Amino acid sequence: MTKLIIILLSAVFINNYVLSRFLGICPFLGVSKKMDSATGMSIAVIFVMLMATAVTYPIQMYLLTPNDLGYLQTIVFILVIAALVQLVEIVLKRYIPALHKSLGVYLPLITTNCAVLGVTILNIDEGYTFLEAMVNSLGSGLGFFLAMVMFSGVRSAIEGNDIPESFKGLPVTLVAAAITSLSFLGFGGVIENLFA
Amino acid sequence: MNTLQNFSKGIIKENPVLVLVLGTCPTLATSTSVTNAVGMGVAATAVLLCSNIVISALRKIIPDKVRIPCYIVLIAGFVTMVQMLVKAFAPALDQSLGIYLPLIVVNCIILGRAEMFANKNKVFDSAVDALGMGAGFTLALILMAAIREVFGNGSFMGMPIPVLSDNKISIMTMAPGGFFVFGCLIALVNKFSANKPKKKEFGCAGCPSAAACGKASCAEQGVTASD
Repeated sequence: MTKLIIILLSAVFINNYVLSRFLGICPFLGVSKKMDSATGMSIAVIFVMLMATAVTYPIQMYLLTPNDLGYLQTIVFILVIAALVQLVEIVLKRYIPALHKSLGVYLPLITTNCAVLGVTILNIDEGYTFLEAMVNSLGSGLGFFLAMVMFSGVRSAIEGNDIPESFKGLPVTLVAAAITSLSFLGFGGVIENLFA
Repeated sequence: MNTLQNFSKGIIKENPVLVLVLGTCPTLATSTSVTNAVGMGVAATAVLLCSNIVISALRKIIPDKVRIPCYIVLIAGFVTMVQMLVKAFAPALDQSLGIYLPLIVVNCIILGRAEMFANKNKVFDSAVDALGMGAGFTLALILMAAIREVFGNGSFMGMPIPVLSDNKISIMTMAPGGFFVFGCLIALVNKFSANKPKKKEFGCAGCPSAAACGKASCAEQGVTASD
């Protein structure tokens, strides 16, 4: 149990996907302008991360590894994720139209989101059990959510400030991201000691 | 457009990292040392070259509707090949690039060039375009890695630099330094680019999900997407 909590907390705070592993920077910079879209995108990411792990983990353990097909990992995972996202979109559209309306726009963007492929590959590389892998995916998704929501707040504070001409737009956003990620460095080493 | 222009546009005018702002994830993640940057740049260029050539050769065969999945499968195949080669011949590089090597699959530069260039142009032109873009990516990575390694680690390609190695600013090799250096470099490019006035936003032009992204930004402005 303690191990699961450590995995969850370190996925959210220490190894935050966006701010310390640099995965999923595209949506982080592209969709974080408004709080609403940041929330929608992050919920879609959490959802797809959990689904993708639930599907790719058994495929790796029961199909690829026993048959010595480990080298097919990259191809199989990206195809599974792409198909899964399509499937989820169709199912949502048919059965939960309200949810589809709020998440639908973000789903196609997630296929090429490196955070999703990243979490599925890292789960295998770290040698997690199925439960640990699911917890890690949940933590990574929550970490993404936290970073997105925090950063959309930071961005709305930047707007309307007097910024040097050449820093307008993307550069100032990146500098703000640097400061936001600086705040996450403070968590380093905290969580291991919490349970020691 | 002649061959030389086709090649050089990737390095300066349409530099994938600093001007088109594609492939930010690997740029930020692998630019901690110059050696890593070179390794990542060469690996991505190899994949880009192969995928551009094959996609351009198959451009009349692949049906338009399923082109993106086809491209992804092709790219994933080449990435797997590169991954195996790196594992076999440069295990140290494989260790330090880690997860970012398989993640070349979802690098926007590669899908973006397939979508913007290779599926409309001849094989030779696509190969030249791939080399130019790959060189632009590698050079931008090396530039960023050089700044981060020199200040953050006080060394260049592993060789210590006299004064700086005693006064390391180790934050530069950590995550915040990556964002900061990248932001400053883009600001610098903005400053010196001739046709500047256009304020730079995050570039998704070459991304295959740009259409959906457009919808997302519509939703952002409160406009309901038509479907």
